[in-house]
Amino acid sequence: MKKNTVSIKSGKQSKAARAFSENLAKNCFLFAAVVAVLAVLSIMLYMFLKGTPAFFKVGLNEILFETEWRPAAKENPSFGILYIILTSVAGTTLAIMLGVPLGILTAVFLTEVAPKKLAALVQPAVELLAAIPSVIYGLLGIIILTPWMYKLEKIIFEDSETHQFTGGANLISAVIVLAIMILPTVVNMSVSAIRAVDDKLKSASLALGATKIQTIFKVVLPAAKSGIMTGIVLGIGRALGEAMAISLVSGSSVNLPLPFNSVRFLTTAIVSEMSYASGLHRQVLFTIGLVLFVFIMVINLVLTKMIQGKEKNT
Amino acid sequence: MRKKIAKFLGVVATVTMMAVSMTGCGSSDSVESGDGNLTGTVTMAGSTSMEKLANALAEGFMEKNDGVTVTAEFTGSSAGIESLTTGSVDIGNASRALNEAEVSGGAVENIVAIDGIAVITHGDNPIKEISSEDLKKIYTGEITNWNELGGNDEAIVVIGREASSGTRGAFEELLEMEDQCNYANELDSTGAVLAQVTSTEGAIGYVSLDVVDDNVIALSIDGVEATEENIIAGKYMLSRPFVMATMGEISEQNETVQAFFEYIESEEGQEIIKKVGLILPE
Repeated sequence: MKKNTVSIKSGKQSKAARAFSENLAKNCFLFAAVVAVLAVLSIMLYMFLKGTPAFFKVGLNEILFETEWRPAAKENPSFGILYIILTSVAGTTLAIMLGVPLGILTAVFLTEVAPKKLAALVQPAVELLAAIPSVIYGLLGIIILTPWMYKLEKIIFEDSETHQFTGGANLISAVIVLAIMILPTVVNMSVSAIRAVDDKLKSASLALGATKIQTIFKVVLPAAKSGIMTGIVLGIGRALGEAMAISLVSGSSVNLPLPFNSVRFLTTAIVSEMSYASGLHRQVLFTIGLVLFVFIMVINLVLTKMIQGKEKNT
Repeated sequence: MRKKIAKFLGVVATVTMMAVSMTGCGSSDSVESGDGNLTGTVTMAGSTSMEKLANALAEGFMEKNDGVTVTAEFTGSSAGIESLTTGSVDIGNASRALNEAEVSGGAVENIVAIDGIAVITHGDNPIKEISSEDLKKIYTGEITNWNELGGNDEAIVVIGREASSGTRGAFEELLEMEDQCNYANELDSTGAVLAQVTSTEGAIGYVSLDVVDDNVIALSIDGVEATEENIIAGKYMLSRPFVMATMGEISEQNETVQAFFEYIESEEGQEIIKKVGLILPE
């Protein structure tokens, strides 16, 4: 109440003063909006400025479609990042295939199946997962995951002549770590989407004789689809952009992304070599950044378009 | 309302002025505590492996002497010595001993530090010694199991550093296998290599000698143990001198360059050399 009276009083000020404060507020909002847009634009501009010169010096095909990565070689260095791109694509896809079903089922469990007390325990735990710094996931991966992978690797490739042993730092380890990392995003978005589904829909479905499980999969999940999709898009973004955690468990050698190969992702390629790289090598690292940037932009645009399109149809 | 704004602005102005005056005090203090009136420039060119050392020394020296600028270019050892003999720089950096032609051209070899690399394996590995030939075969992928060297039946996990790392450059150069290595893990720091070798039974890796600890075995190479004494004596093969060459003796250089070398010899300079993971000569 008191605040209201103050604002009315200030309304009694001269017209000019009032217009001034109105304008000031408007400009403040405008400024805030412009900062966000400017940040995106300047990042885009910078990435293109820094990332494109290497294309002209090395050649588009030589970078994007060659597989040999020997950036620091004294004679004939080569900058092929095809394996690195494939690794990012394969790693992210596998992590999504693993993490998304797990996340959606967890969300269903939390909202529809679990007793309230248990849900009250599990949900904060999942939310806490999102707050854990990514490097911690990597450390846990080193301590828990890679020793297991190493044992598995020894059993599987016992008689192999050609396999290069990686000590458990491989694509599978990275995928598992990524899948766990996207869980909280997918779970939290899905939980709020499922909670937002109108109770009437559920009641109607149950009243028509559908079982609870039928109702969940045929009514609740389709109704919550757009929220769940948003969660998946955010999850893909996180998986594709993650560097710290997977640099610890992926082995970081440039190889074809096979399950037990040591692999390098687009992100780790930049992180691991930026510190000492110079000259053309450094420029190519910026190009890798550009590739990653374009990837994420395209995926975001395509998926948001898809979601919007679907929403219009329904 | 207006009064409040005015008051607020007043406070902001006062705080800003205080901050400005405080930083002002700070900088004038540091001027007084500097060594004083040395001016001029020191120019260096040479080895890329010495980048860390050269930059660290240059920064430390410039911090002490406000009037001095030290510039360093990293063009490669031979190019650096060439720039020195043609007179375009004061100091030529080389991560190897100078050859006869260079010495007869007038360059004087001043070894400021020694770079030593230890080859490490998991603490349970029974193999304590390796020949440089076998080491090379492991890293190029010819030998893939420790039993080929008389050890356990255990696959070798070849661990190294990322491309453009100085340690990797030196390791591959000293064993003459540049860009032929076939790594299973390319890690981006000394600590990561050490950690991975510590936790992986079949692992082999290389790190700066100064970080080796009890959890790993530092292999003897060609029968020579990886110790500082052996490196200083020149017996251990995975080591190389870091040379800051000058035209003529240091005493013939100008005042600024002499001061730079004095700084390297000082406790502070020696501390910097150790900090970047190098061994002090002598």
